[in-house]
Amino acid sequence: MSQEILDGLAVIVNEVAGVPVEDVQSDKSFVDDLDIDSLSMVEVVMAAEDKWGVKIPDSEVKNLKTVGDAVAYIAANQ
Amino acid sequence: MTATLTVSVGAAHGRILSVAGYRPDRIVTNDELCERIDSSDEWIRERSGIIERRYAATDQSVADMAAIAAADALARAGIDPARVGMVLVASVTHPYPTPSAAAEVADRIGAVAAAAMDIAAACAGFCYGIEVANALIRTGSAEFVLVIGVEKLSDWINPDDRGTAFLFADGAGAVVLGPSDQPAIGPVVWGADGSQLDAITMTQSLIEYKNEGGPIFPALEMQGQQVFRWAVGEISKVAQQALDVAGITADDLDAFIPHQANMRITDAIVRALKLPEHVPVARDIAYTGNTSAASIPLAMQAMLDAGEIPHGGTALIIGFGAGLVFAAQVVTLP
Repeated sequence: MSQEILDGLAVIVNEVAGVPVEDVQSDKSFVDDLDIDSLSMVEVVMAAEDKWGVKIPDSEVKNLKTVGDAVAYIAANQ
Repeated sequence: MTATLTVSVGAAHGRILSVAGYRPDRIVTNDELCERIDSSDEWIRERSGIIERRYAATDQSVADMAAIAAADALARAGIDPARVGMVLVASVTHPYPTPSAAAEVADRIGAVAAAAMDIAAACAGFCYGIEVANALIRTGSAEFVLVIGVEKLSDWINPDDRGTAFLFADGAGAVVLGPSDQPAIGPVVWGADGSQLDAITMTQSLIEYKNEGGPIFPALEMQGQQVFRWAVGEISKVAQQALDVAGITADDLDAFIPHQANMRITDAIVRALKLPEHVPVARDIAYTGNTSAASIPLAMQAMLDAGEIPHGGTALIIGFGAGLVFAAQVVTLP
């Protein structure tokens, strides 16, 4: 399940910010490793909401530091 | 006995006859702003696409800029100011709750027969004005209408706020609308979501400041991520609806002229709309900044004057901002 979400998230991050799919790993920080800024992060979140039918409020977005954080949040709230 | 009233009869359609813009002389670079905020030229360019913007002079008012743009728009349309039936000024930075900027502008440009009023619809103000003007022309309330989007946002910025200080700027854009035999303004798609008042607001009301004081003179403040999410999620849908109700597709467009909020918002809306690559997109924000109600006519004038888009072509315009409010329509370019 988590692997599926990780794979899907990698595609989204690639589409939004041009980051190579293989670089999007659980331990990677969106900001420090993948260079995703706050606006790109909003686009990633919106695409994730559409894809998995979850709600990720702005107040929650700042807690999603790593790709793994996002995968866990989506898996828990799906 | 009930008397039978005579009612006004308007034109079949309205259209935009001309567009003109006024850009203040003073160029403000990102480096200049970074003397007050912890930011950099590179960061500002990446987050907003803004390279520089224009500020009006201290003694140059909203009405001053509006009158220059309006007089130029009338000259370009070849319309005698005395024939203007309504002057609409879309602005949120005229510093008097009353009297209106519109009444002052009408007097200064010689629109002696015009009614005049201001529209407070923030960055959607210009598109709101287009719809009001079109309705006035079609009902016969006015033959020619001036719509002026004008802002002096530099007066209402907190220069120490790294989230907004680099965004906002000053300028004016004006259009003259008049009667047309052919349809030239599509149905408006508009609305307001007051549940998101806090997304873009003032740090304090002027009256609170008068009575209680405050850390700074009231200034604009914005929840950037919230606005971005709304703009990308909802506004791209509104843009699509405006195409749908006008009975065209994105492929039919000769120009896409969104409010110049932020280059990143423009890019995201273009992606969400799946706008064909052949459609020119307004990116006037790079050298003009976010001028709220003025941004669409300024961008339209710049693109037309540069020959990037054709006179008589079909454009999608969409304004969105504090309220939150929005309005979009397909228009025939002057």
